[in-house]
Amino acid sequence: MKNCYITLFIFLLSQSLQAQGHKTVSGEIEFFSSAPVEDIQAVNNGPTGLFNEQTGSLAFLVPVRAFRFPKSLMQEHFNDKFMDSHTYPEASFEGRLSGYDRRRSGSQEAFAEGNLTIHGQTNKVRVPGNINFKGDQIIMDAVFPVKLEDYNIEIPKVLFYNIAEEVEVTVSFVFEKTDR
Amino acid sequence: MTNKILVIFLIFYFLFLSTSAQDNLLDQLREEDKTEWNTHTTTFKAIRLINGHTVETREKGNLEFLISHRFGRINSGAYQFFGMDQANMRLGLDYAWQDWLTLGIGRNSFSKLYDGFAKISLFQQNEGKIKQPVTLVWLSGASINTIRRPEIPMNLNRRLQYVHQLLAASKLYQNIALQLMPTYIHRNLVREPSAPNAFFAVGAGLSYRLSKSVYLNVEYYHRFLDQENGTANPIAIGVDIETGGHVFQLQLTNAQQMTETGFIPSTSGDFFNGDIHFGFNITRNFQLGNTRPIKK
Repeated sequence: MKNCYITLFIFLLSQSLQAQGHKTVSGEIEFFSSAPVEDIQAVNNGPTGLFNEQTGSLAFLVPVRAFRFPKSLMQEHFNDKFMDSHTYPEASFEGRLSGYDRRRSGSQEAFAEGNLTIHGQTNKVRVPGNINFKGDQIIMDAVFPVKLEDYNIEIPKVLFYNIAEEVEVTVSFVFEKTDR
Repeated sequence: MTNKILVIFLIFYFLFLSTSAQDNLLDQLREEDKTEWNTHTTTFKAIRLINGHTVETREKGNLEFLISHRFGRINSGAYQFFGMDQANMRLGLDYAWQDWLTLGIGRNSFSKLYDGFAKISLFQQNEGKIKQPVTLVWLSGASINTIRRPEIPMNLNRRLQYVHQLLAASKLYQNIALQLMPTYIHRNLVREPSAPNAFFAVGAGLSYRLSKSVYLNVEYYHRFLDQENGTANPIAIGVDIETGGHVFQLQLTNAQQMTETGFIPSTSGDFFNGDIHFGFNITRNFQLGNTRPIKK
């Protein structure tokens, strides 16, 4: 019976640990498409994220319409012709972070593994990146390629500006501890 | 025994917890962040529907260069190469001085006419928290024909025409947009004494998205006139082909003029009798000045 209480105690303790998490205070996603005619770059300051240090669970939510382009017409085409943001207003990542040591401070490598959903299409990905524990803050960043084909993003045939079939995505997030 | 049950229960509990915790994170994010990200969405592909304007205006700093042609009547026969020998051309510039204000000028070969207009955005259709079912745009314009007419004494007043329009459009679904255009036209000089100097008309337009880059458009203006004096209501049907910075618009219409003060009062062709003009508009968009900052 004693064992039973100990197990219950551990169980309750683990539950309170489970509830501890980190939430983004700032998030930025940038993408870059390099093509002969024109380089295209856009920045999104709308994403939010949650990270659970104990389990390594990680999730990001990206409002597609929050991408800003230097030219307003490009932004319209991005939403209208490529991302169909009316139908798919959000992109997301949901998975687990591994390969890091919580006790180490300073920048270290880590892997994010999980489901990346863009344009309504979900793919399993493994993205290498950096994580940095700075007191109560956690900083994450990564650079990875996204193939348009993998997410059923078609390049319209009658388009004069070229768009790379693979775009480079740069993400950087700053997390802070939440009470919950 | 109790221990065993407890352990089994805990294993299942943790299994459940770990999966549900993952689902929760995304749902939690959706719950917490209710920010609405609205980007400027367009009702029509181009700033002209066919002959007339759409509610579309560009964001501040955009300049659109328009080249438009209307050829002669298709039923004019092989000798005229089905109208291709007679082209009426308009060159135009539309500049978005502010997000809400676009100023435009144009030069038409027909009547050696110059036109200018101001296009003011009043309301933008919005499907967000504040529902706004229509986009409203006010258009005021004037045109001056500079053709020499030695047979009558001409002065500046006699050469001027005016137009005022309220453009009301609604994107009904992702692929259908409708527009209504109550219009007031005033011409200082008319061809016949019985023709009115000023009259009202109502236009209606429809745009249907055939594919991501191709749209089908229809445009019609109904004029409230006692006598039509050999003129007709302008009808037009066309397609928009969008290719990035360009929009190519190809159309068939009974009108040969390309400004409101021209094609609304003075269209003479009978569309259903084959008096049809083939034509096109080509628009090229330029973003002037510094491109806008993309970072916060």
